[in-house]
Amino acid sequence: MSTDTPIVLLGEREAVRPRVREAAQRPTLGRFVLTLIALFTFAFLYVPIVVLVLFSFNSARTGAVWQGFTLQWYERLFNNPRILDAALNSLIVALVSTAASVVIGTLMAMAMERYRFRFQSVWDGLLYMPVIIPEIVMGISLLLFFAAIRLERGLITLIISHVAFCMPFVYLTMRARLADFDRSLEEAAQDLGADEWTTFRRITLPLLMPGIVSSALLAFTLSLDDFVISFFVTGVGSQTLPVYIWGQIRRGITPEINAISTVMLILSFVLVSLSHALQQRTSAR
Amino acid sequence: MAEYAVELRDVTKVFGDVVAVDHVSMAVRPGEFFAMLGPSGCGKTTSLRMIAGFERPTSGEIYIDGKPMGNTPPFRRNVNTVFQSYALFPHLTVEQNISFGLEMKGVPRDEIKRRVREVLELVRLPQMANRYPRQMSGGQQQRVALARALVNRPKVLLLDEPLGALDAKLRKEMQIELKNLQREVGITFIFVTHDQEEALTMSDRIAVFSKGRVLQIGTPLEIYERPANRFVADFIGETNFLDGVVKEVNGEMAVIEVNGRRFVGRAGEGVRPGVRASLSVRPEKLQLLDQPSGSPNCYEVTVSSIAYVGSDTRVIVRLGDQMIDVWEQNSISTLDPNYFFGPGEQAWLSFPPENGLILVD
Ligand SMILES: Nc1ncnc2c1ncn2[C@@H]1O[C@H](COP(=O)(O)OP(=O)(O)OP(=O)(O)O)[C@@H](O)[C@H]1O
Ligand SMILES: [Mg+2]
Repeated sequence: MSTDTPIVLLGEREAVRPRVREAAQRPTLGRFVLTLIALFTFAFLYVPIVVLVLFSFNSARTGAVWQGFTLQWYERLFNNPRILDAALNSLIVALVSTAASVVIGTLMAMAMERYRFRFQSVWDGLLYMPVIIPEIVMGISLLLFFAAIRLERGLITLIISHVAFCMPFVYLTMRARLADFDRSLEEAAQDLGADEWTTFRRITLPLLMPGIVSSALLAFTLSLDDFVISFFVTGVGSQTLPVYIWGQIRRGITPEINAISTVMLILSFVLVSLSHALQQRTSAR
Repeated sequence: MAEYAVELRDVTKVFGDVVAVDHVSMAVRPGEFFAMLGPSGCGKTTSLRMIAGFERPTSGEIYIDGKPMGNTPPFRRNVNTVFQSYALFPHLTVEQNISFGLEMKGVPRDEIKRRVREVLELVRLPQMANRYPRQMSGGQQQRVALARALVNRPKVLLLDEPLGALDAKLRKEMQIELKNLQREVGITFIFVTHDQEEALTMSDRIAVFSKGRVLQIGTPLEIYERPANRFVADFIGETNFLDGVVKEVNGEMAVIEVNGRRFVGRAGEGVRPGVRASLSVRPEKLQLLDQPSGSPNCYEVTVSSIAYVGSDTRVIVRLGDQMIDVWEQNSISTLDPNYFFGPGEQAWLSFPPENGLILVD
């Protein structure tokens, strides 16, 4: 052991660190297999998307061969009135249904969180049931419903349907937020002379705002991306972007489709990240 | 001005099948520092919340400044609360927190500014106006909570264990500060605590709660020296109980027999010959002697253990099969190592009759 003295002199930290590094570098069969599985998983998840994004910049009209970088497909997108119409429809439906979902979902969550009434857990379950109802079932049932009440398919039916599947997500998010909400803050406000409405406006609402905004972003994304339900309840001239894309694909996948998909992908990604960042920031408080 | 700042008349509050507050009556005088003291779950918070208006009594009535409150909502009562968790608004600065109540009353902007500045001086936080609550220590937040309530100059300030979250040292400091502050502003304080020492040092009067009932209302001296029953004697301070049967009652005094030994003490309420009762005598009111005294309460005991705790020496002695705590204050003379009895030695335990209190259970 006398030969080890120089290492001992370096102090414990210095003596231990090289050994740890050694262990991390030593290749073992287990490590190799795990790395391989991980690589396959990521490839499986992201290669198709990367290919789609890449081909939206491919100057070749057809075929899967790379022929050089271009932005022409994006240019065409923004000059194609039918695509712009569809995008506008999507935007209107998403905005209106998000606003409605947020108001209804938040108020429902407050009612369920704050009051006690009969069959409460049943009502609660019914409120978030749409989250687990298969989309195709919901689409068909909405279609039948609108036919039964003789409501012509168009933006109105789209908005109603989107509220139906977005609201439960808002409801669930806000229930969780309200469960953490410190009611004594509202009592403190009332104690200081604020009536119910002032308390809501000055204390409850500002404190719930991060939750409201993040659930709104989530609802907006869901609405923007929805295809299955929209497909059933959309009418002539009220196609949303995903429904329009589907219509186009039947004539083969074109680089324009790749380009719209890329735009939608980025938009969804940004919205969900924002929503997530807001959740993180407030839970860190 | 009404005779009482706050009065509870026969107030009961029932939650489902829990009787949280059980026929409580008490009256708090204007300018008084009034403590509600009792163990956990005895209904202190519930009583305070009924005064503030967050809960409605199931029966009985609450009067604030002589007026029955009925269904008056919290925002129309001239009382303010300092919450146990402080309940500071996290999205508002200290200044905005404190201004909130004044804004609700429609006080002009410049007067709000002035009063906020004054109250921050009062609670000794003049530099903190622009901080957010999360940027402050527990003690500082506590003072902001106090300032936010005080700035409204309420008739009555309700405080629910406001010092509960502070460490022991800061707690002691804040007790003194709070008491001084109360004298300075002259507002009635109703103060909830489960810490008997806190209640004794700060209050003008104390209401002792147990299981939703008020057992005794009195000054700290009355509560400590003349507890109304066994629970109060036990809860406030330390005491020895010797259980026995009352033999005689002569006016103020009574005789109790404990395992064949007779003791004379002051008679509590309901003490009659023949009833089972306990003699309560506090450890600091007992003496250990090396020879019998002239007191009727003098018996030979065996010293069991001795602990020196600085300000006093705590001796445990055995009388028959009963252990008794005796606290001797350490004066200069105790530096003599032969002053104390050693473990196993015989000594005479003695106390004058007025130091003992005979209480029925
Ligand atoms: N909202 C409520 N619903 C049901 N029971 C309640 C409610 N509030 C209080 N209680 C019950 O009433 C009793 C008294 O509670 P309270 O909060 O007044 O006690 P406390 O004296 O303040 O105790 P602590 O010192 O622990 O704060 C307890 O048994 C409690 O469980
Ligand atoms: Mg309490």
